[in-house]
This record gives sequence, structure tokens and C-alpha cells, in this order.
Amino acid sequence: MSEFLNFHYDVDGENFVSAGQASVELKKVLRRLGFPPETIRRLSIAMYEGEINMVIHAGGGAADVDIYEDKIVIRLIDHGPGIADIDLAMQEGYSTATDSVRSLGFGAGMGLPNMKRYTDEMRIDSTVGEGTTITMTVFITK
Amino acid sequence: MTVKEFADRFGLKPLSLPEPDREVQGGYCGDLLSWVMGRAGADAVWITIMSNVNTVAVASLSDVSCVVLAEGVTLEDGLIRTAEEKGVNVLTSDKPAFTLASEFGGAV
Ligand SMILES: Nc1ncnc2c1ncn2[C@@H]1O[C@H](COP(=O)(O)OP(=O)(O)O)[C@@H](O)[C@H]1O
Ligand SMILES: [Mg+2]
Repeated sequence: MSEFLNFHYDVDGENFVSAGQASVELKKVLRRLGFPPETIRRLSIAMYEGEINMVIHAGGGAADVDIYEDKIVIRLIDHGPGIADIDLAMQEGYSTATDSVRSLGFGAGMGLPNMKRYTDEMRIDSTVGEGTTITMTVFITK
Repeated sequence: MTVKEFADRFGLKPLSLPEPDREVQGGYCGDLLSWVMGRAGADAVWITIMSNVNTVAVASLSDVSCVVLAEGVTLEDGLIRTAEEKGVNVLTSDKPAFTLASEFGGAV
């Protein structure tokens, strides 16, 4: 399958309150394209957790979404501090979020686990001091 | 049961009701947003005291049928408009989350 649609979103690192815009846009696009509701739900949540992480941990970044007929690939790219210990970061409950972030309901240390739970494949490439790229794939089953 | 019927039956006050005919199915109680996204199913009733712009976003992306704000918590006017635009039903009650959950139990 070589035909695909690509969407690019910039995620503003300064604006924590409006974080989620890219996820909301993606949800609209997926609805318009007629994907099943549960597929949309999984992708929307995975994208939102990734977007929030870029805002609270990495000062912003960008998201590229490739929509194929049989799969959707989300790439989240940031140039933040990177993740030193990926296994630790993947553990449920592990979080370095600040108190102000927690007071808004985030920082439960469940973001990366949720991204893994709701996608079929997830890969984290991260270099301390350079940034993080997370690639998530969801396959469309007919 | 639809959200409208659910609100009437349990005496919940609608703050935003753009999708009154949505079906209610199951529920989840919690204020930590990632737990809600990980655990609440589509069409669930989400009981919380967390009321900010992220609450509305999480409700929309998680596809819950409605948010029930406990303890008399409300949404500020700007957020009510956001919820209406995003198709997010938000109800409120003066009762605590525990009381609400025990009342809803079995019904949804
Ligand atoms: N894009 C990122 N850049 C740098 N660190 C990150 C990034 N995403 C996640 N992390 C690190 O991994 C930890 C766990 O992430 P997550 O499971 O989403 O929980 P939370 O965001 O609630 O802290 C974060 O607290 C942070 O230390
Ligand atoms: Mg997170």
C-alpha cells in the first residue's frame, strides 16, 4: 500500500492549557475518513498522552501522522532532554512531573503505558540531551 | 439508558448537553487523567471533581458518554462552551463521588 495521507502538527511547548489540539484535530480527521470508533479512541488517547508528554517534559515538539488503508503511524518528535532510562519511564506510576502539572490531573506516570496499551507497536528512540522520537502504529482490521 | 434519561433519573444538573441521546454504558471514577484514559470505556459515565480544560479534552478523546462533576463542582462559562462545541456532555451534582457511584451502580 503506497497511497497514504500525511498530517503534520506542531505542538506548542509553552501552552499547556491548549495542549491536546493536535489530538482533537486528528480525531476529526479520522472520523471524517470513517475509521471505527474504537480505533479512533485508541489513537486519540495515544496521541494525547504523547502530546501532553512533549509539552510537560520536552518543551514542545511535532507530530506526523501517516494514514494508510491498513494502518496508522504516529511519529512524535521532540528536541527535549531525552529519556535516560526507558524501561523505568515505561513503568506504571513512574513520573518526574512537577506539582503544578499534577494539580491539573496529569503526572500519574501512566502516559507511556497508555500509549503502549492502545497501540499495536510502539518504539521509543531517545538520546539524552538531544531528544525523543516515539513511533506508534495501529493496524486497521477490517 | 440515554444521558438525558440518566440525568433525569438521578437528578443531575446538565451544564452542557450537546449529545442527550447518547447511550450510557458502565462507569469510572477518578481525577487522574491518565487513569481515566487507561480505564474508562467508551460510553462510560465518568465521575470526577477535576474540572478544567483537560477534563473536557479527556472526555472527548476517551469517548465517554458524559462527565459527572461531584461535590457541586461546576465548569467555568468558557469551558461550558468548549464542551458544547466538542460534543461533551457535562452534568453536575452536590453529592460526593462515592454516593453517586453507589447510586449509579447497577443502573448503567
Ligand atoms: N517526550 C519526553 N521527553 C522527556 N522525558 C519524557 C518524555 N516522555 C516521557 N518522559 C519521561 O517519562 C516519564 C513517564 O512518562 P509518562 O508515563 O507519560 O508519565 P507522566 O507524564 O505522568 O510523568 C515522565 O515523567 C518523564 O520523566
Ligand atoms: Mg505523560
